[in-house]
Amino acid sequence: MDETNAFEVNRRKLMAGSAALATLNLPSGVEAQALDEEAPRVVVTFTINGHLQRLQLDTRVTLLDALREHLHLTGTKKGCDHGHCGACTVLANGIRINACLSLAVMHDSDEITTIEGLGRPGALHPMQAAFIEYDAFQCGYCTPGQICSAVALVDEVKRGVPSHATGDLTAPMTLSNVELRERMSGNICRCGAYSNIADAVSKVAGEML
Amino acid sequence: MKPFSYEQAASPAAAAAAVASRPGAKFIAGGTNLLDLMKFQIETPTHLVDVRRLDLNRIEDTSDGGLRIGALVTNTELASHPRVKRDYGVVSRAIVAGATGQLRNKATTAGNLLQRNRCPYFYETDLPCNKRRPGSGCSAIGGVSRSLAVIGTSQHCIAQNPGDMAVALRVLDATVETVRPDGTTRAIPIGDFHLLPGESPEIEHPLVPGELVTAVSLPKPPGGTHHYHKVRDRASYAFAIVSVAAVLQKDGSGRVAFGSVAPRPWRIEAAEALLPRGPAAVVETAFAGARPTPENAFKIPLAERTLALVVAEGRA
Ligand SMILES: Cc1cc2nc3c(=O)[nH]c(=O)nc-3n(C[C@H](O)[C@H](O)[C@H](O)COP(=O)(O)OP(=O)(O)OC[C@H]3O[C@@H](n4cnc5c(N)ncnc54)[C@H](O)[C@@H]3O)c2cc1C
Ligand code: SF4
Repeated sequence: MDETNAFEVNRRKLMAGSAALATLNLPSGVEAQALDEEAPRVVVTFTINGHLQRLQLDTRVTLLDALREHLHLTGTKKGCDHGHCGACTVLANGIRINACLSLAVMHDSDEITTIEGLGRPGALHPMQAAFIEYDAFQCGYCTPGQICSAVALVDEVKRGVPSHATGDLTAPMTLSNVELRERMSGNICRCGAYSNIADAVSKVAGEML
Repeated sequence: MKPFSYEQAASPAAAAAAVASRPGAKFIAGGTNLLDLMKFQIETPTHLVDVRRLDLNRIEDTSDGGLRIGALVTNTELASHPRVKRDYGVVSRAIVAGATGQLRNKATTAGNLLQRNRCPYFYETDLPCNKRRPGSGCSAIGGVSRSLAVIGTSQHCIAQNPGDMAVALRVLDATVETVRPDGTTRAIPIGDFHLLPGESPEIEHPLVPGELVTAVSLPKPPGGTHHYHKVRDRASYAFAIVSVAAVLQKDGSGRVAFGSVAPRPWRIEAAEALLPRGPAAVVETAFAGARPTPENAFKIPLAERTLALVVAEGRA
């Protein structure tokens, strides 16, 4: 079955949508994509932070842009947009991934959790609370990615996922400081808050493992 | 990115047929390499066939005591599998030496094997590059070449294969299983899977258009101690300058492949046979005929030192 045909919308609908979008104050890349009349579009249905969402998107929209530009969940940050910095880390079905290197359409029927879904003011996730307690950030730009990554890595240790710092591959996993730093190496902090990040993650991991 | 249409494949054969029937179509698996390149417009597919929901995500024992790894098994799942950790440790070690937790969660076995090169000029779209624009020339020859290959190169391309996992699969004599658009299957030895650049550096593997990798199989475990040592510019999260994958036996024999020194994982069986005589002998034979640039000639002595370290680790 050629699913693209089912997803194609007619030109008039597309132009109406584009005109509506053009009046919004969107970043130029997004606007350019929305205005590209020839670009194929798809309908994506996924659960974001517990809410079912249905979006009609240009196939090129990444999960990151769907979250930020279409659902206005701006907690997830765009840093490098190439998988290098980790600022866009979210959980897809509980697994941490870089939202910038994934297409929204590849997540049809997935459950996505962003920093907004982990906890809220007054009902913080223990990892969010620990980041505040340990002052584990300065400018805060990398923080949502750091926290999502940290939450997922505790689960990875529980599941026996090894890291480059793991000694005996078959022994039960522990989370030493060296292990923790290696496992967090996909989240860059330009302010250099690493020591406090490591303290915050250790505290929560100690309670959860 | 250039616009593209998208479909999810219903079966491996349908996926192969879908890519073969549309010029400009490509498979997408984890997307961690393809989307990166699409954002730079180095890759410009007009149609994507998403294979991730195919039933190719299992790791199974084979009747001869080996292991069959589905093409869509993620790098994390493969590195974490109990049998891989116990019997094929070199694979776990090589995988976790690469990329990051987030990327390994998304990256697949087939996508990892098919990742493209990291030559700086391949990414510089306004400069000549025979891989990106066949016939345009090679900017790396006479340019910045520190990270590039020292052997197996041609006058048309000196890019190295930057992957880690493939080096481990090479010492294990893995086989890549595929299905072609006409429905026929074949098994390609890992040693033949990455092509040398020769006259046509843009052709990187022997797959026909639409040929889908379905699995990688490993023969029964080789025993011995398993090692993967990766030398890079920072301790974590960087591509290798030189890497060594090895399986070493108590009697001093073993298997050795070098990563990031050639357009394919570099294993020379006649060289590894010299292991009992020491790392210098192995490296001398493995790198006979090497044509390094002044910038990357250091990789050959570095390969020897890295192998010496691995051999010492094996004895410890
Ligand atoms: C920041 C960063 C750092 C990295 N560091 C490292 C590192 O240190 N070491 C390392 O080894 N790698 C590293 N990588 C590369 C990473 O390992 C690859 O991006 C990943 O393995 C690709 O897998 P994928 O499933 O995402 O492939 P995709 O991006 O989906 O696909 C890659 C290619 O394979 C093709 N393909 C996919 N599946 C199939 C199939 N079943 N049959 C036929 N063709 C197929 C696609 O068409 C595409 O051409 C890094 C990547 C990034 C972004
Ligand atoms: S070495 Fe290969 S990839 Fe690099 S510029 Fe030359 S042709 Fe392109």
